[in-house]
Order: sequence, then C-alpha cells, then structure tokens
Amino acid sequence: MANLKEIRSRISSVSSTRQITSAMKMVSAAKLRRAQDAITQMRPYANKLRELLMNLSEAAADMEEGSYTQNREVERVLLIPITSNRGLAGAFNANIIKETRRLIAEDFADKDVTVLAIGKKADDFFKKTEHNIKGTTLPGHLDQLFDDLTFENVAEVAQKVMNSFTYKQFDRVELIYNQFVNAAVQRVVSEQYLPVVPPTAEEAEAEQAKSDYIFEPSKEFIIGELLPKSLKIQLYKAILDSYASEHGARMTAMHKATDNATELIGDLKLVYNKARQASITNEILEIVGGAEALNG
Amino acid sequence: MQIEIVTPDKNIYSGEISLATFPGSDGKFGIMNNHAPMVATLKEGSIKVVDANDKEHLFEVNGGVVEVNHNKIIVLAE
Repeated sequence: MANLKEIRSRISSVSSTRQITSAMKMVSAAKLRRAQDAITQMRPYANKLRELLMNLSEAAADMEEGSYTQNREVERVLLIPITSNRGLAGAFNANIIKETRRLIAEDFADKDVTVLAIGKKADDFFKKTEHNIKGTTLPGHLDQLFDDLTFENVAEVAQKVMNSFTYKQFDRVELIYNQFVNAAVQRVVSEQYLPVVPPTAEEAEAEQAKSDYIFEPSKEFIIGELLPKSLKIQLYKAILDSYASEHGARMTAMHKATDNATELIGDLKLVYNKARQASITNEILEIVGGAEALNG
Repeated sequence: MQIEIVTPDKNIYSGEISLATFPGSDGKFGIMNNHAPMVATLKEGSIKVVDANDKEHLFEVNGGVVEVNHNKIIVLAE
C-alpha cells in the first residue's frame, strides 16, 4: 500500500498550490476589470480619431511630405511584439513569440529584421537572437512601461519609433499583439504600423458623404497634427489590448490550474482514505489473529 | 447642444451646454448653438464650458481636436 505519510504530504503541497493559483486568479480578475475599463474608455477616442482622419484622407493622399505615409522599398523591418512581464498566463506570450518568429522566417525572410520587444518575455527571447535592438536610437528596455501605463509614457515610445521611420532607419514597422476579445479569448494579430495604411476608397467616401466641414486652421495642418496623434493612440491601444488580454489569459490559465488541483486533491484523498482503511483492516486482522492464537 | 470631452485615459465631461470656448491653434474661439460643422485643432490652454444651468466649467488641455457636427461637439483632448 502507498505510504500514508507520503500521500498526506502530497495532498498538503497540492492544496497550497491551489491556494496560490486561486489567489492569482482573483488578482487577475481584479486587474482585468481595470484593464478592460481602460480599453473600453479608450476605444471611442480611437474610433473618433480614425473617423476624423478618414474625413481628411483625400487631403492626406496629396501630402507628399507626410512622411508617415511614405511607402518605401522594404529593406529594414522593425517588429514590435507586445508581451507581458510575467509568465503563468497560458500560451499568451508563446503565441506572440511564435507569430513574430513566423513573420521573420516567412514574410520578411530576406529582409533585415530588428525586434523592439515590449514586455520582458519577448525581450528575454529576442535579445539572444541576431534581431536584437542594439545600434539603433530606440530604447532597449521597455519592461517598466507596464509599471506605469499612461498615455504619455507610451506616446514617448511611439514618437521614437516614428522618428526612426522618418530617419529611414526602418522602412516598415509592424505590431504584434494579443487583441482582447473577451476574458477567455485573445486573438493574436499583426498589423502594419508604419507606413500608415490609407483607408480604403469606399470607407473614405462613406465618411466624406456625411458632412461638409469647415477646417480650422487648414486641412493640411490638422492632418499634420492628427496623424502622429493617431499613431500614438494606435500603439497605446495595442498595449492596452495586450494588457487586458494578459490578465484575461492569466485568469483563464489560473482557473484551469485551480480546477486541476481540486481534482487532483479529490483523487489523492480517495487513495489516502483507501490506504488508511486498508491499514486499519490490517491492524484489526493482526489483533484478531493474535487473540485467536492465544485462545487456541 | 451636447458636448463630450474625452482623453485617451477617460471621459472628462459630457452634458448639455449653451456655450463653449476653446484655445484654438490660431486663437481662442467660441461655439454656440447651431454652429456649422467644423474641425479645429487646439493648443495648450483651457476649455471653458457654460452648461444649461449657467454654470462654468474649466478644463486644462495640452492640445487636441474639436469636431462640431449638428449640435454635437466632440473634444479629443490631451
């Protein structure tokens, strides 16, 4: 029979693990709520900005010096994978890294690829590869971004990325992140960040039909103001999306872990009780046997 | 008319107002009821809003955009 003491210590270790995972689940649930609020607050702003830009897209097309829209021959690519600083979130980080590697290996196979990792997990992975961020004007470590996640901090990073594009350090910038669908579902998306993707003709027409605006001071000036802003918002939104996804993913992962631990404890308890009963039966048998021997 | 002032982090103010003045890039301007549709950029300054009860509200902004369309004002502030 399995050793009683052994089983007892396993039960206690599994139940303390369960305590940890269920605590982590609670923490993630609370953080998820806040992250979700942030992203839902943010979406109307982002949508409105995009709508405005569409209104102006015709003028944007004419602006050649609008360097963020410039399409160049793609030689050097900057990939920005957004992961979390901490693990234990299921396949959350692995998916991002996998997608990034796929992009490097397939879509940009013969290009010069650099990776600017946001979040410790991607940074840990890519700093060992030849795609390391060294030798550029971009910041190397962006882990602390999550400690104080405000628009100002993200805007600073976005500005640096935009500058590196206008200085022609890179011809193409791509974001890879987990889009938040709901607490249980995250979708890995990769979207072109720079050059700016112009809205499709139908989209633009639908918008322009709506209103005939007065532009103050001028259309060009407004585009010049709005385009960088919308890029900063786009990065901020991606990071918020990823942040909410992270907590969603961790919550689901921890929920599963808690369930598994509960199940395991149930099984172990059964084995433990069986073993206990067997040992009691044994003892009784011994006593009865002993008494029988004396009587005989 | 309706106004909505939003920043990337949160919605600061929304409600019914009678007058709003903005620190436009080319100078201060005010918007009253039935203003023609327009889009304008803002510079650093304060937005003054007079609500339906004649109460004034002030908001400091670092810049932003205003869209006016059919008595609905949307301010994307920073």
